[in-house]
Amino acid sequence: MTTPAPLLALSDYAIRFATPDGTVKAVNGLDLTVAPGETVAVVGESGSGKSQTFNGVFGLLARNAETSGEAVFEGRDLLAMSQKELDTVRGDHMAMVFQDPMTALNPAMKIKHQLAETLTVHKRVKRRAAEAEALKMLKKVGIPEAERRIDQYPHELSGGMRQRVVIAMALLCRPKLIVADEPTTALDVTIQAQILDLFRDLTSEAGTALVLITHDLGVVAGIADKVVVMYAGRIVEEAGVDQLFARPAMPYTAALIRSIPRVDREAEAVEPIGGRPPDLIHPPTGCAFHPRCRFAEDRCRRERPPLEAVEPGRRAACWFPFVDDAAGGPAPRTETAGA
Amino acid sequence: MPETLLSIENLSTVFELRGRSLFAKPVELKAVSDVSFTLDEGETLGIVGESGCGKSTLGRSLLRLIEPTAGRIVWQGRNLTELSDTEMRKARRDLSIIFQDPVASLDPRMNVGKIIEEPLKVAEPSLGRGERRRRVEKVMEEVGLAPQMINRYPHEFSGGQAQRIGIARAIVTEPKLIVCDEPVSALDVSIQAQIVNLLKSLKQRMGLTLIFISHDLSVVRLVSDRILVLYLGRIVEIGPRREVFQNPGHPYTRALLSAAPIPDPKIARSRARTALEGDPPSPINPPSGCAFRTRCPIARDVCAEAPPPLFTVGADHRAACLFWEEVRAEGTAVA
Repeated sequence: MTTPAPLLALSDYAIRFATPDGTVKAVNGLDLTVAPGETVAVVGESGSGKSQTFNGVFGLLARNAETSGEAVFEGRDLLAMSQKELDTVRGDHMAMVFQDPMTALNPAMKIKHQLAETLTVHKRVKRRAAEAEALKMLKKVGIPEAERRIDQYPHELSGGMRQRVVIAMALLCRPKLIVADEPTTALDVTIQAQILDLFRDLTSEAGTALVLITHDLGVVAGIADKVVVMYAGRIVEEAGVDQLFARPAMPYTAALIRSIPRVDREAEAVEPIGGRPPDLIHPPTGCAFHPRCRFAEDRCRRERPPLEAVEPGRRAACWFPFVDDAAGGPAPRTETAGA
Repeated sequence: MPETLLSIENLSTVFELRGRSLFAKPVELKAVSDVSFTLDEGETLGIVGESGCGKSTLGRSLLRLIEPTAGRIVWQGRNLTELSDTEMRKARRDLSIIFQDPVASLDPRMNVGKIIEEPLKVAEPSLGRGERRRRVEKVMEEVGLAPQMINRYPHEFSGGQAQRIGIARAIVTEPKLIVCDEPVSALDVSIQAQIVNLLKSLKQRMGLTLIFISHDLSVVRLVSDRILVLYLGRIVEIGPRREVFQNPGHPYTRALLSAAPIPDPKIARSRARTALEGDPPSPINPPSGCAFRTRCPIARDVCAEAPPPLFTVGADHRAACLFWEEVRAEGTAVA
């Protein structure tokens, strides 16, 4: 089986922040690939490093940040690029969509001009043609009465509509990669469903790769091909979406899935993950999840488990992963509540 | 037979917004329109709806934290809207609230002990200092905070712990009813479950009655006995949890349920979805008749005529749709 050359490959990628309280190791030794056209969900809780990882890829980190390792996009290391080179890659070949659409929109500029600017700057398209293209894109992302909306300012649109505008803006240069950071978290559930449908259509139609950063496993289940789970700045599990939900290998993933209530289940309680999120300045020794893991043993407290293949197509960072016997891995641990 | 603790009768809360110019007439925003329901002792009522539907305004209006414009709030036989400020303050010891943003809802200059004892000072002014401190330590333990933390300040706590402080403050007067306004929405997934379980166990132990306001249907299903669905300030459906989730009588409820994400890829791919088009209309200028008709997949001309009344669609289950039988006939919404 040959895998196509990845569109984006992070290797030994790390981000540190110098703070008065000490160095925050936000992202550590990350190895991650995104194939062309693939939808990868990056899941984690606050402080897991999921957003910082991609802020770093886009050169959007705060000044006290330091990145190391490699972030290779279409064969070129983004971390080694000059600001000017990075500017052409961003927007042109890869685009980012944020949780709050207003962070990406200029409140004092008509939608028309903001969208057209993307094309006139990156693709050197003439203004008139750029505006025509912008209108087409607004229609494509499902903005009703696009002819009227294009002449309005961002504040005249609803939250869902603004997010559509931002997505239209991201798509205008026909990027190969879109990174969307919690794009539907601020939206109502019926609008969230509309935006996710839009992403699904766009990725399958145009073959755009999508990295979806989210804390919501429900959103992940409906859209991802591959899921990457992060904890305390590291990848702790990576698997195909079906595998991950059916048979999580890492106790954190399993516990996370069990801790979420489900709209389609009658239940009296959920099983929470005890304890607190890890301190990134003084992370726990060994496996960062060990203080909250009910399977932790001595080795977990002493040594950090590497992220290794536990079966074809899936990796986990755990000394005692849950894996099927048939796969030839270590014996499965007894699981009380089935996933 | 459980006793009716609270009875809301035709409650409306209208906000006056300034007109576009200095001399223009103020614009009315009906945040809550003609809402009636009763609450039995010991039950949990979940209130759901999208942003701007009036769920938080309703929660605050029934504690008179926002003054309702019309209607009655009958609490243990007394109409709260007729109480004087002093009488209301006395009644408040039975009524409590937990807010969404745990850190923002705590005074940063007060230590945990002061924050938690504040309502106690108002409710039981005769309590001595030592006794107050004892009560504070007791509730801290009940919500899973070490009493040694009593002198710490809010910024020293994580979101989950801050919400525990908010809960301790809400239960210190031993109230009968707590309005929980999106109490877990700002928390991480793994912490949400801790707080939900804490609320459920406190409810059991203290015999609390809860109103649980949330946009998250899965959390609401986990905690509630009955569900109230709001759309543009009006009740569109109210009924027992299982009934509302499995076999709703209003197309809006059905659409909400079908849009709620399910963390199972196989179900997520195969489930039927009622995609709603567009955004909710503005509450300043709501559509005539049924407010949902502009987004409703089964709307007909007649829906524009008058707001539909709440029809009885099942045992203790009502929905405000002329075509509720059609909606019910569609079968299971979610398992």
